[in-house]
Amino acid sequence: MFMTEIFSAFLLTLLVITAVAAVKTRNLFVSVMLTGIYSLLIAINFFLLDAADVALTEAAVGAGVATVFFLSALALTAEEERSPSAYRAVGIGIFIAVTLVLGYATLGMPSYGDPEAPVHVHVAPWYLEKTPEFIDIPNIVTAVLGSYRGYDTLGEVLVVFTAGIGVLFLLGAHPRRKSEPQGGIASGENGLRHYLIPRVLGRLFIPFVLLFGLYVQFHGEYSPGGGFQAGAIIAASVILYALLEGEDRALQVIPPGVLKGLMAGGALLYGAVGIAGMLLGGNFLDYSVLTSDPVKGQQMGLLLIEAGVGITVTGVLLTIFHAFAARERF
Amino acid sequence: MDLALDVASWVLMSVGGLFVLIGGIGVLRMPDLFTRMHAASVTDSMGPPLILAGIMLQSGFSLATVKLLAILVFLMLTSPTASNALASAALLAGEKTLAEKHDGDEAGEAEGR
Repeated sequence: MFMTEIFSAFLLTLLVITAVAAVKTRNLFVSVMLTGIYSLLIAINFFLLDAADVALTEAAVGAGVATVFFLSALALTAEEERSPSAYRAVGIGIFIAVTLVLGYATLGMPSYGDPEAPVHVHVAPWYLEKTPEFIDIPNIVTAVLGSYRGYDTLGEVLVVFTAGIGVLFLLGAHPRRKSEPQGGIASGENGLRHYLIPRVLGRLFIPFVLLFGLYVQFHGEYSPGGGFQAGAIIAASVILYALLEGEDRALQVIPPGVLKGLMAGGALLYGAVGIAGMLLGGNFLDYSVLTSDPVKGQQMGLLLIEAGVGITVTGVLLTIFHAFAARERF
Repeated sequence: MDLALDVASWVLMSVGGLFVLIGGIGVLRMPDLFTRMHAASVTDSMGPPLILAGIMLQSGFSLATVKLLAILVFLMLTSPTASNALASAALLAGEKTLAEKHDGDEAGEAEGR
């Protein structure tokens, strides 16, 4: 469709402008906001390319949670960027070299929408043809992600888990003592409790955001969604609560111990489903043997591993947020 | 009937797009933060309802319409809240309104600040 291509070109132009502006500005707050806009634009682009699952992830994580993380980090540092370092020329040189290499690489790629492109003639037709028979769920992306490429997704969950552990090691789980003043984004007992209007609206919306997160989680087999997106949405609703009611309140709702349990528990659930398949006589992460009917087994396996993904992502995102929010200003 | 629906929805979407455009021009042209927010509020309050109403006419009585309605309610509640939070953050940060800047100290005293 010609209109879609014009719209894509328009969005990609905006994307380049946003990226350049985010790099050029000296104000870090503006830069963070532009990064969020960048994520939103690229999410629309993914959607135009019919990659609804990726678009949802990018919108929830890139434009939503990541922006909050950047803001939490920003609350701990200065608002203005320092003057450019002496290595600027080196940076520009690397930039030009990488641009040339990537530009050259695009020449080798198939043209846009080419039906003979390798991605369309390799395993994708097999997935499209066999998924109704083997797994019988409408959203083939979830089938690919959870079942056919289950190892990759387990690896991704472990990467997320490792990121959470890394942040805990770097920033610490309990760096703050009660008596000292706090300067983080959701500091102290109060948060925004003195400020009525966002509080009322936030309280009104948090249950619906949670509900939507659960919908995205458990409807992932039927529509775009799944554990990664749902985890980000659920974490965002708790972060909203922390911003409105103060971080301490949020930690009362979900204590740090529970958060660590969520982080490890989700990944553990994913691995346990794989081991269960082995014990029942199949391969690692082969869900067909989980129940007597292979198709039902696949569906059950997908539901369980998606739950594991969602639990880990929620736990890790909340842990990272609290680790930042609990830091004192230097 | 279908033609009438199409025409109505295109009119709604075009007018909605026009309001967004006016809001965008206003944000660029207005002199200070508060007047710019005023211009941006045109985008918030007139753009989404008209555009979403246009899309709803296209989607007919279906689940998509319900979802669009939910999006509309969400936008109509959150965007004024965001504007309010932005304005009060600006006030807390000491941003002066245009009138205060022109009148100097008198206006500031009149408001008891």
